[in-house]
This record gives sequence, structure tokens and C-alpha cells, in this order.
Amino acid sequence: MLLYTFKRLLYVTPVAIGVSFVCFLLVHIAPGDPLLAVLPADAPLELQNQLRATYGFDKPLPVQYGLWFWKVLHGDLGTSIATGRSVASEVARAVSNTLILATVATLIGFTLGTFFGFVAGYFRDSWLDKLASAVSVLGVSVPHYWLGMVMVIVFSAQLGWLPPTGAGPSGSSNWRPDAEHLSYIILPALTMSVIPMGVIARTVRALVADILAQEFVQALRAKGLAEFGVFRHVVTNAAPTALAVMGLQLGYLLGGSILIETVFSWPGTGFLLNAAIFQRDLPLLQGTILVLAMFFVALNLAVDVIQTALDPRIERT
Amino acid sequence: MAVISDIRVDAAVTLPPRASRGYWASVLRRLMRDPVAVAAAIVILTIVLAAIFAPWIAPGDPYRGSMLRRLKPIGDAAFLLGSDELGRDMLTRLIYGGRLSLFMGVLPVAFAFTIGCALGIFAGYVGGWVNMVMMRVIDVFFAFPSVLLAIALSGALGAGITNAVVALTIVFIPPITRVAESVTTQIRTRDYVEAARVSGAGPLTIIRVHVLGNVLGPIFVYATSLISVSMILASGLSFLGLGSKPPEPEWGLMLNTLRTAIYVQPAVAALPGAMIFITSISFNLLSDGLRSAMEVRS
Repeated sequence: MLLYTFKRLLYVTPVAIGVSFVCFLLVHIAPGDPLLAVLPADAPLELQNQLRATYGFDKPLPVQYGLWFWKVLHGDLGTSIATGRSVASEVARAVSNTLILATVATLIGFTLGTFFGFVAGYFRDSWLDKLASAVSVLGVSVPHYWLGMVMVIVFSAQLGWLPPTGAGPSGSSNWRPDAEHLSYIILPALTMSVIPMGVIARTVRALVADILAQEFVQALRAKGLAEFGVFRHVVTNAAPTALAVMGLQLGYLLGGSILIETVFSWPGTGFLLNAAIFQRDLPLLQGTILVLAMFFVALNLAVDVIQTALDPRIERT
Repeated sequence: MAVISDIRVDAAVTLPPRASRGYWASVLRRLMRDPVAVAAAIVILTIVLAAIFAPWIAPGDPYRGSMLRRLKPIGDAAFLLGSDELGRDMLTRLIYGGRLSLFMGVLPVAFAFTIGCALGIFAGYVGGWVNMVMMRVIDVFFAFPSVLLAIALSGALGAGITNAVVALTIVFIPPITRVAESVTTQIRTRDYVEAARVSGAGPLTIIRVHVLGNVLGPIFVYATSLISVSMILASGLSFLGLGSKPPEPEWGLMLNTLRTAIYVQPAVAALPGAMIFITSISFNLLSDGLRSAMEVRS
């Protein structure tokens, strides 16, 4: 197992370096000079050159990448051009907010998704299966930013049950899992949960149908095991894959939350990205993307290793 | 296990057992028997035709507004589907909006299909270390959730329709390349390819006749399943302000500008998103229908 983990780490390292290179290039595919965003158009050339040297933009690309990578390894993601604060601290605060939202959304999506998936897989080709499949297709086809708007329209504007935007009564600071804060998270989390719900329902349905068609299930029934006992066997067999899909979905939600965060003014990474893009704050954009992508790579690795540990059928090569 | 993308990569892409002359005709025949797929195709066709012939069928001018007649409700005497925040006819703008939204949604998949097929077939046919290097580079792009990659690229490139299309094309190249590579690798080891090689066919002939003839169909079906994602992402970019610019009618952008109207005319504000939803789900259902029509189990 240790060897397997080590091999996976070895495999992931070049991917992680590649990811860092793509993030590095983001600043350089941007048209125009990244410094012009903060300098007035008539800034003296001397000042421009001085700033360029401070940010290291005067060196050749590979050198810049090396320097940047070295700093990143030491936890220094650079300085935000717009605010002058360190990118790492800005990202850390935003990531925790996004993580809260994405985790709640994944849990809701997983619960509903496994429920629909099990029902559909157990009663294949019944109307329940058709309904569950329809829900799953709706889940992956709906533009979630629009769904978010519809949720706000129905539950905030029309019914007035829940707050429409924000993370809490006092803005983004001091998030606590109390009733007041939870009322703010319900709408964005529900909206967000639709995507993993559709994907998980689809996966679980296929898994359950596969497992039920296997001979051991027939054997269990033949020896007289009650249906609940058979169900337990199905759950144990489906769990590793279903949990793996859930883990990956959390990663997608972390990276893909920008649209939903914009709709609900949720103060997370999406909000930060939005600010970075429209203020042309490229170091902030680069840092946020890098952290989110690395999170995703790490999550992929963790899911892979945990799934292999849980599921003895997967060969540890 | 490699890094997985959130774009569903079809591991189960199987080659048709026999791609004869009548193959596509029989696929079409099976597709026509699938009521859901036919309904989806009709919806898509209606939206596409409405977008193409917008100047002739739209009741009004998509740009001319009236400050006195802002945010009229659905079913208003002058505006069948209400009017937007600048008093422009919603029905007209929804019809015209299909032009940019479909363009921005379909074009990236078409580009990515061309480029991804070329890369994937090349990697799959050549094999060896070239294949390995190419697929490892592709893996790097799989390490980004698709929404994040699309926003990162178009955010860095700057707002605009061209940049949004470029960004989305880059997002869809890796999954298509991966599918094309895996199908080509399957084909390459088939006996008839070996037979063609032995009988003196050059690599180009083999690719053109045996590989292309067999892999384009499955990849095409896979690509159609990406159109739905692409529509949602493209309109999402416009929704964020990274795609089309006002006053252009485009569903994502219209949805964004109408956000302020959700307390006044909620039904009107939700209309552009409903259009994105209908189009996206129709593409999904049509693609599912096409997939099962191609799965021949004889």
C-alpha cells in the first residue's frame, strides 16, 4: 500500500509541475503589460522599469518561471497588484469560505444522489427509475447560475423565507455554523448540489444495476438471506466507487463555484477570481487558480489512494 | 488511474462492429424511432432556424428600447414575453440571442473536435513514447476543473467573444483527444489494419480509410454530448461579463443584466436562462439518443 501511494505520488508530481507551468503562463498569455493595469498611462519610463524589476518581469521567461516556482514552493504566491496584500493570505481566506459551501453542497448532493441512484438501480426500468434518470439528466443540463437565480426568485423574492445573498448577517467575517449563518448557506448549497447529485445518481444507478446482476447476489438470495441483508452487500460493494466520485465532485465544486458565488455574492474563491479578472490583477488570478488546481490534484490523489485501500478488488500495482 | 475530468470521458466508447454503407442509415432509422431524441431534435431545429431567420420572424428590433415601457410582464399587449430593463422586446431578443449563444456554444466543440481528433489519432497511431508524452501533457489539463480552466483562460485573455471561444476550445481539446486516442489505439491493433499494412498501404492511407472511417463516428457522438456543457459554459462566461458585451442580445448576458429585475418581473428575468436550459437539455437528450442508436448489439 505504501509502495502504491509512493508510485501515485511519483506519477502526480509531473502533472503538478505541469499545472504550475500552465498557471505561470496565464499571466503571459494575457495581452498587454500586466503592470499597465496599475500604472497611469503617462507614468515615466524609469518608474515603469523599476516596477518591472520589482515584479521580475524584466527577466527571460524560463528564469521567471524558476524564480516564481521557487517562491511558490515556499508558500509565497506573490503580491496582489490591486491591493498590495499577499496573494497567499487573500486566497487562504477565500478558500475556507468556498470549502464550507462546497462541502455542504457535496454532502447534500451525495445524499440525494445515492438515494435516487439506489432507487433507480433497484427498480430498473420502472417509473421510479425513469423519474430518477430524468432528475439526473436535469441535474447535469441545468445552467446552475440560472437555477441559483430561480431559487432566489422563489425563496427570497417571492416567499421571503431565506436571505438572497451573502454569507452571513455581518458579511464574510466570523463564519460560524449557527442557525443564522446556515440560513445563508442553504440556497447556494442547494443550487450547487444539483451537479454532484446528477453525476452521483447516474454512477450509483449503474453500480447497483451491475452488482445486482452478479452471481453472488443470486447466491445470497438462494441461501435465504433477507432482502435487507442483500441490500447491505450491495452497499458495501458500491461504496468505494461512490465515495470516490463524491471526493472528485468536491474538487470540481471547489474549482467551479465562481458562477454560483457570483449569483449569491458568496465571499469565496469565485468572488476573488471575479475581482482579479476585472481589476486585471494577474498575480491574484494566477495564485487563486494555482491553489484550486493543486487542491484538485491532491484530492484526486487522495481519492485514488483511499479507494484502493478500501476496495480490495483494485490491483495495487 | 489518471486524473479524471469532470467532463464525462466515455470509457465505454465502443467501435461499431461493422461500419458498412448502410450503417448511418440504420443509425438514423433507429434514432427516428426514439421519441425523446426526435423531440429534442425538433426543439434544437426550431431554435436554430429561429436564430437564422431572426430578422424575418422576430416581432421587433432587438436594440431599440423605450424608457416608458420598461419591464412589462409576460403577456403584455405590446410585448408577448414582456420587455427587459431597457424596454426592449424580450421575445425578439430571445430569438436573436440564440445566434450568439449557439455560435459560442457550438463553435468551441467543433474546433476542439477537429484539433482533438487530429492530435488523438496521431498519438494513437504513432504510439510509443510520442503517445506517452502527448497524453501526459493532456493529463495536465485534466487537472483543472473545466469551469475553472475556462474562466482562468478567458480571464487572462480578457473579455470578448473570440477569447471566450478560444478558451472553451482549449477546455474541450483534452477530453476529445483522450477519446480519439483510445479509439485509435483499439483500431490500430485490429487484424484488418495489419492486413492493409502488409499489403503495402502507407500510414496516410491506413489512417484515412481504416482509422478515420471507424473512429469519427464514436468521437462525433461524444462531441455532441459536450455541446450541452459548452452552451452552459459559454453563456456562463457571458453571464460573468467575459463573453459578449451589451447591447448584444445573448442569453447569458441578458440573464446577467436582468438580475436586477428579479423583484419586479421575476418571470421575465428568468427567461434567458430557461432558453439556455432548454437548449442544453435538448442537446444532452439528442446525444444520448444518438449514442444508444449507435450501440448495435446484434
